[in-house]
Amino acid sequence: MSVKCHKLAKGYGEGEALVSKDPICFYLVEPKTGVVREKGHQLEGKSVAGKVLVFPTGKASSAVQMDGLVKLLINKNAPKAMIVTDVEPVLLGSAVLTKIPLVDRLERNPFEAIRSGDFVKVDADKGSVTVTRN
Amino acid sequence: MELLVAIGEAFDAPRMIPVNRAHAASSGQEGDLYFVEILAKGGASCKVTTTTNPIADFDYFQQIMNIAEEHDEASVAWKTKNYYKQIGAVMSQSCIPYLAENIPEYGEHVAFSESSATPYVNSVIGGLTNRESIQTALAAGVLGETPEYGMHLKENRKGTVLVKVEANLNDGYSYSLLGQYVGKKIASGIPVFVGIPKRPRIDQYINLCAMLNVTGAIAMFHIPGVTVEAKTEEEAFAGDKPKDRIVVTNRELEETEKELQTATSPVSVVILGCPHYNLDQMAELATLVKGKKVRDGMTFWVNTSATTKLMADRAGHTQIIQESGAHLVVDTCIDMFCWNNLRDKTGMTDSPKCAYYRRFGPVRVGKMEECVATAME
Repeated sequence: MSVKCHKLAKGYGEGEALVSKDPICFYLVEPKTGVVREKGHQLEGKSVAGKVLVFPTGKASSAVQMDGLVKLLINKNAPKAMIVTDVEPVLLGSAVLTKIPLVDRLERNPFEAIRSGDFVKVDADKGSVTVTRN
Repeated sequence: MELLVAIGEAFDAPRMIPVNRAHAASSGQEGDLYFVEILAKGGASCKVTTTTNPIADFDYFQQIMNIAEEHDEASVAWKTKNYYKQIGAVMSQSCIPYLAENIPEYGEHVAFSESSATPYVNSVIGGLTNRESIQTALAAGVLGETPEYGMHLKENRKGTVLVKVEANLNDGYSYSLLGQYVGKKIASGIPVFVGIPKRPRIDQYINLCAMLNVTGAIAMFHIPGVTVEAKTEEEAFAGDKPKDRIVVTNRELEETEKELQTATSPVSVVILGCPHYNLDQMAELATLVKGKKVRDGMTFWVNTSATTKLMADRAGHTQIIQESGAHLVVDTCIDMFCWNNLRDKTGMTDSPKCAYYRRFGPVRVGKMEECVATAME
């Protein structure tokens, strides 16, 4: 299944989907493993490394999102692509600079269209997301 | 420029607009270093006043610890700090720059990162800024421009959620809890607070702003009749109906406070000043510690900006605080290598933000008075 989306940060990324209803702050992810360490988070204990992340939006301070993503990148544990429903500039700036594709405004609600474990291809430049159900 | 254009396009901004000021929330960590190094090596320099956040007071910490033990992190911080100097940033090293080192005007378009600063500038001062990252704020400081989107447009500055406050907000700490609860509950949007009986003090604004952007991503709020862009509730919502309504009672604040507590053993370190204490908070602290001494086996740290400390020195607060055995630190963020030796200790702070990003082990969170009582004999 293929849906249109809106490019926020360019590029192409594909991988296993990991869906979170909680906003994500990448600083609260352990850089050496890619595992979310934020207590009470829906993804606590799960790894974002190599995944296509689906989540509502970013959160927390203006510095830490970038620090978090750069640390993950250095340790080769960054997500392959990100799909959000509500964009905010801190996450966006971080995605642009770490060259991780980021998209929003999917034709279908991403939380209905995508389940954790699905194989997802995000082509930000073409503005399309392809989902293969697992 | 590529970064700002990407942001602008993502937000459908029609053009770039000039900004007069920027504040870069310099964290002194990898992401920060990555970008400021590119700018410095490329020969960039700040076109407009660009202040910086606290990193670490290397001179001070050199005297009390072996910085080489934290070499990896410390060298990132050191290099970052120097690159900022190189590109001509103002070395304010303060997370409350809007009080002294970089004061926007009402109606002025600026680019302020530092999550606790963005809402203060938008709401209390009426400057216009988006919730910048360090990198977009720096880019704006270097270019003197930002994309015209988000908070730079009047129609985006109206309230979206009505927050009915029934809780007691007697001190600075209660505003931290309010911000923590509302940030988590609404996640984004522009809250309109009604039911607040008294105009908040500056330190109460600071705490509210900080926590709204720890648990949420909130660029602005209104307190009708108090903050500058809403004389009335109707004006706050620009005539629209609120998209949502929530109520905050003492119960919500108490539950929020409970969520923070992870300490199971006695506290051995107390850290205050996240965000940096302003002069009023320094005065309050001096009153609380006067004549008392820090307990054996306890360390007590207070963070503030260099400019605030200068005034605290003149007011006599610094002397009182230091005589008690507490350490007054400037230019430093609580999320820094210099606090790593605290990682196995149980800490206490009046700042849920400090607890959230903490470098120490389990934590107790309570108001300033309780922190002092815990720290002192």
